[in-house]
Amino acid sequence: MSVKQLAARFRLPRKEKKQRVHRRVDLIGTGSRRNRKAYGDVMMLVLIGIMAAFSFFPLLMAVNMSLKPIHELFYYPPKIFAENPTLDNFRMLFSLMQNTRVSFFRYAFNTLFISIGATLGHVFLASMAAYPLAKMKIPGIKTLNQMVMLSLMFVPAVTDVANYLTVSWLGWLDTYWACIVPAMGASLGLFIMRNYMTTIPDTLLEAATIDGCSNYGIYWKIIMPMARPAWLTVTILMFQQVWNMDNTNYVYSEALKTLPYALSQITSGALVRMGAAQAVGVLMMIVPAVVFLVNQTKIIDTMASSGIKE
Amino acid sequence: MNNKTFKERFRYQCRLAWNNRSGYVLMAPFMIIFFAFTVIPVLMTIALSFTEYNILQAPVFVGWKNYRDLFVNDAEFLIALRNTVVFALITGPVGYFLSFFAAWIINEFRPIIRGILTFIFYVPTISGTVYTIWSIIFSSDMYGYANSFLMRLGIIDNPIEWFSTDVYILPLIIIVQLWMSMGSGFLVMRAGTASVDQQYYEAAAIDGVRNRFQEVIYITVPMMAPHLITAAVLQITGMFSNVGASIALAGFPSTNYAGHLIMTHLMDYNAYRVERGYASAISVVLFILMVTINAISVRGLRKVGK
Repeated sequence: MSVKQLAARFRLPRKEKKQRVHRRVDLIGTGSRRNRKAYGDVMMLVLIGIMAAFSFFPLLMAVNMSLKPIHELFYYPPKIFAENPTLDNFRMLFSLMQNTRVSFFRYAFNTLFISIGATLGHVFLASMAAYPLAKMKIPGIKTLNQMVMLSLMFVPAVTDVANYLTVSWLGWLDTYWACIVPAMGASLGLFIMRNYMTTIPDTLLEAATIDGCSNYGIYWKIIMPMARPAWLTVTILMFQQVWNMDNTNYVYSEALKTLPYALSQITSGALVRMGAAQAVGVLMMIVPAVVFLVNQTKIIDTMASSGIKE
Repeated sequence: MNNKTFKERFRYQCRLAWNNRSGYVLMAPFMIIFFAFTVIPVLMTIALSFTEYNILQAPVFVGWKNYRDLFVNDAEFLIALRNTVVFALITGPVGYFLSFFAAWIINEFRPIIRGILTFIFYVPTISGTVYTIWSIIFSSDMYGYANSFLMRLGIIDNPIEWFSTDVYILPLIIIVQLWMSMGSGFLVMRAGTASVDQQYYEAAAIDGVRNRFQEVIYITVPMMAPHLITAAVLQITGMFSNVGASIALAGFPSTNYAGHLIMTHLMDYNAYRVERGYASAISVVLFILMVTINAISVRGLRKVGK
């Protein structure tokens, strides 16, 4: 080996010229993306600000309304922010709830149990059904897809007699099952997951099949991780739908009834309870809001690209 | 394929089904519940729409009478139909574009701000009852925010009875519905805008895309076309069937039927007058209306995707 070659081997790599970075004011944090001009950023901020204010302002009022003592409800002109915020409305709510025949915690437990059971069951069963509907070309699949789509267009208000008959025939009247099982078969979540799964590239599934993965394996190891944004979204939607559900159609025992029902009994009517009604609205929002935030942050985490190019 | 006999084709289909039996196994648990609690009740409802049925007595077959009554004898239904068309034509497209617009802008922000903004836009739909705050904003006395604001400006002298005056009812319901329109469709669009790979924008910038509006037209919309269709279907079903806010605010029935929608008409006959046959006929008409509008809009959106 000549000296020249040795020198070439140990020579430090030549320093590369520093690339000129195009600098601009980065108002909203889009980072390195091109095609962004400052006045566009400002316009976007203004527009999104107006929309966000319209969206959030009534909620701000509701929260403040729930914190107002009774006499402040009759100020003229009405104030948006409570002057002497109290928790009286909430306290009244709880003291009223303590006098009920069934304790508050029982109602809360019922609602939580039904919501969690129905949501988990729905996400699991519907994602299992969504995979063949989205990706397999087998006899009858087109008809089933059409049926799922059409069922979304049919308002459920008129089907309650038929559902009542089915539930009573199964002997589920006055049990938790009457609330959980029908909710598990809702077509909304299936529809969302099915449509999301159609965007998963076929090549990925073919590769897995060639590597000897069974259909169940594909569902569990490929479809579910890839469709995570879809089923997290469905979790949010389903949970809040069941959470706000009034189950008195199928349930008579007071001990099995849910929180929305119990709270609506307290706040119906009287003007003095106006603040309490808002307190109910705010209280009932907390759990779905937590579910929303937890799931939504996870959606943003998992939005990275799939790494497949077609 | 076509010159094969029916028997051969049938056997081919059976073999195809058997070879992919895992697909059916995966679908079975959901489909059993779905058929028991959705498909069969819907079919029963369609059958009931040709009968007179009051739950207590057995249904009596009356042919097309319910449908004829609906369009010939029922003045309230025609009001409801007109209101629903106005309501849907405004809240549907406007809510849809606002959702898309918000979903798209939110995606431009840093991840943490994205989460906060998504929450702010989604918050109106999160609670079942928080829309009752609008009845305080538009309260009919001077303690309501809208009235006191207008009175202090000197525009009006006496408080307006917002939800009892027929001119104001429909516009107010539309505003509240728009406030609540960032629901499931918005979440689907958020997932859609976020799943577009950033590399496409980089590539497009090199290929001559100059500003963010071109980015939206040439990349974002085509890339998320499937999500746009999903969101459209959710928007259409939502705008026809979510009447909780309208009932809570304008009353049931509303003054002079000014806020009467097909859905409230349906609930009237379903739950209060207990004319189930007639209510079923209304639901079938509503169903046909939704399917038609859905077919038109989905066809339009498919073109956008290409």
